[in-house]
Amino acid sequence: MSAGAQLAGGLLDRFSGFVAELRAAGIPISTTEVVDATEALRHLPLEDRTALKAGLAAALVKQDGHRQVFDIMFELYFSLQPAGPQALFDGLSGGGTGAGTEDLTARELAELAYQALVDGSPEMMAALARSAVDRFAGMEAGRPVGGSYYVFKTLRQLEADQLLDQMMSSATEAGQLEGLLLANEYRRHFGSLREHVEAEVRRRLVADRGAQAVARTLRRPLPEDVDFMHLDRDELAALQRNLQPLARKLAVHLARKRRQRRRGRLDFRATMRRSLSNGGAPAEPVFRSPHPSKPELWALADISGSVAAFARFTLQLVYALSSQFSRTRAWAFIDGIDEVTDLLKGSDDISQAVHNINTQADVIWTEGHSDYGHALTDFVQRWGREVTGRTTVLVLGDARNNYHSVHPSAMAEIAERAHNVWWLNPEPRAYWDTGDSVLAQYGAHCAGVWECRNLRQLRHFVEQLP
Amino acid sequence: LTPRFESPQAVNELLRGVGYLADESTAAVTFLGDRLGKPVLVEGPAGTGKTQLAKSVAEMTGARLIRLQCYEGLDESKALYEWNYKKQLLRIQAEQVTRQEETWEELEEDIFSEPFLMPRPLLEAIRATDPVVLLIDEVDRVEVETEALLLEVLSDYQVSVPEMGTVKAKQIPLVFLTSNNTRELSEALKRRCLFLHLDYPPPEREREIVLAKVPGIEASLADQVVRTVELIRSLELKKAPSVSETLDWARTLVLLSVSHLDAATARETLNVLLKHRSDIERAAKELVASPR
Repeated sequence: MSAGAQLAGGLLDRFSGFVAELRAAGIPISTTEVVDATEALRHLPLEDRTALKAGLAAALVKQDGHRQVFDIMFELYFSLQPAGPQALFDGLSGGGTGAGTEDLTARELAELAYQALVDGSPEMMAALARSAVDRFAGMEAGRPVGGSYYVFKTLRQLEADQLLDQMMSSATEAGQLEGLLLANEYRRHFGSLREHVEAEVRRRLVADRGAQAVARTLRRPLPEDVDFMHLDRDELAALQRNLQPLARKLAVHLARKRRQRRRGRLDFRATMRRSLSNGGAPAEPVFRSPHPSKPELWALADISGSVAAFARFTLQLVYALSSQFSRTRAWAFIDGIDEVTDLLKGSDDISQAVHNINTQADVIWTEGHSDYGHALTDFVQRWGREVTGRTTVLVLGDARNNYHSVHPSAMAEIAERAHNVWWLNPEPRAYWDTGDSVLAQYGAHCAGVWECRNLRQLRHFVEQLP
Repeated sequence: LTPRFESPQAVNELLRGVGYLADESTAAVTFLGDRLGKPVLVEGPAGTGKTQLAKSVAEMTGARLIRLQCYEGLDESKALYEWNYKKQLLRIQAEQVTRQEETWEELEEDIFSEPFLMPRPLLEAIRATDPVVLLIDEVDRVEVETEALLLEVLSDYQVSVPEMGTVKAKQIPLVFLTSNNTRELSEALKRRCLFLHLDYPPPEREREIVLAKVPGIEASLADQVVRTVELIRSLELKKAPSVSETLDWARTLVLLSVSHLDAATARETLNVLLKHRSDIERAAKELVASPR
């Protein structure tokens, strides 16, 4: 009997809607994986939501970055029951009548919120979120308003920000280390309250409009498809987390390729020695293993206004790279160029590094509009002699030269000395070489030019390197 | 084929029985791996108990653990099988000495048979008649091309030896693959596996782990240790402290007979927790900051 036949029809329908939605969100799911997940549904105890969620995720989602989308969709399609035991909240409110929270004043609710935020238990949060949405969100059936409006309204009326302030000042009194720990936990609890309120609002929207309609409003690009030029704060933080493993991959990749490509000289002694077991016939030649070489990466980053958003990403990437490569050096340029290796290495985190570079690096020569020609010529004059056959040069920029002279010979000279030159451009391919973009003239000397507007393209770049 | 486990809950209890405190997801995926007969690909940062999971599952099911440690340059002869050509040579020479009349076909059949085959971990796991757990450790270290070696074993539980034919598994072993995610694994490999992401445990569970693994630690100190580690993990570091480093730190503090952690003690012992100089400096700076 097929797996599907044993499942209730309703569940199977729901499941296929769920898979369709995940695919629509861009998560690649093959037919085999759908079959696996259906099979999993048959084995897993359906009443155990955590196990069900984990099991379906294991069969369908093979990348950690996609898990967040999966979690939200799972909740829309499979968790419609009110979350958390009502009894717990009744006990807390001291009512015990089972009537819920309707009798509480806003003041009392705020006090409960305070308790829940200090404690941070998920049951309490869920209960709090439920009554807060009840009271404050003013949700009406059929009203065409997005969920975030209700979330905002609920959190504002709950006076959540003031609560956090209050908690933070109480943390300060708890002693130095304890205070730090508490502050860290409170921030986390606060984020979790927000998530619970969001989940609660979504749950009610689903009850009103159906899972599919809500899912459609929630459709957002996957982390790897978000354009670097339009990142919001959360996405920027997510990007930062994703860059570190990518930088490591790039480092591993470079080291590996170098090791593989070069085969050492014949090791005559070892070959003779091994031949003894074949009766003296040197059947298996032995080669010396090549010297492990240290990849050396030089990054040249355009940090001018036209690529301001990309520049932050660029610096993040370079920062991540510098922790992976033994010898990374970085330069920032606009119309002048300055080495920023020490500024990057000397800072604790990326925001400080960006600040240092913006305030201390000497990247403006005359007017502060990008001038690739001058910046590259200057680079060749000052550092050109240090470029060797072990150096890989990575240029990050849009090659918009503001109609200054191009000096492609500078690029040619870098390319001649270096092992490889790669160019990453944050502009869509269609805009290349239009207007003041002179990419082709530089690109001719590079080993490759890649469009790099989101993490997917960056990952692709790292993986397909020759 | 009888399933090994009753329910995800049962897996969780069994794991606890051998001292591995798993979360519900881990238990559920392990349970499914058995029920669906699929390998489990475990991914996550170093030191979150990926390898230990496979070891613990072997221990709790009373199975033998067969481990294939992956590395760059791993090939067929190290992963699947190899012909013992020295023994084959001896066999041929022995025939010349004893002057037995044997046709080449007979001889060939003889030297490409069972006694001359040296099974490597994958073949060994397939041929085993006793219960086994196969652990393919750090699969991201092999090249993409070598990954293909694993595919036949992982999807059909069989190994093809051209001279002998196909060796099919007599039982479906539990298979775990671990990856530190230093490169993207191929789609083909991922499709054949169930995927489990193991992250650092939440403070509640890590506290439980510390209490279980560090004898003589007081609950209040365990609590402080775990919360401090969590704060440190939230910083931007080259290498965030792993669970085993948390345990080392807790043990150190117990040995120093610290009963209450303060910022000064924490700073002096940070080198147990963090292994990069810049990370230590970064964390030390954070620990003396004033709250907020």
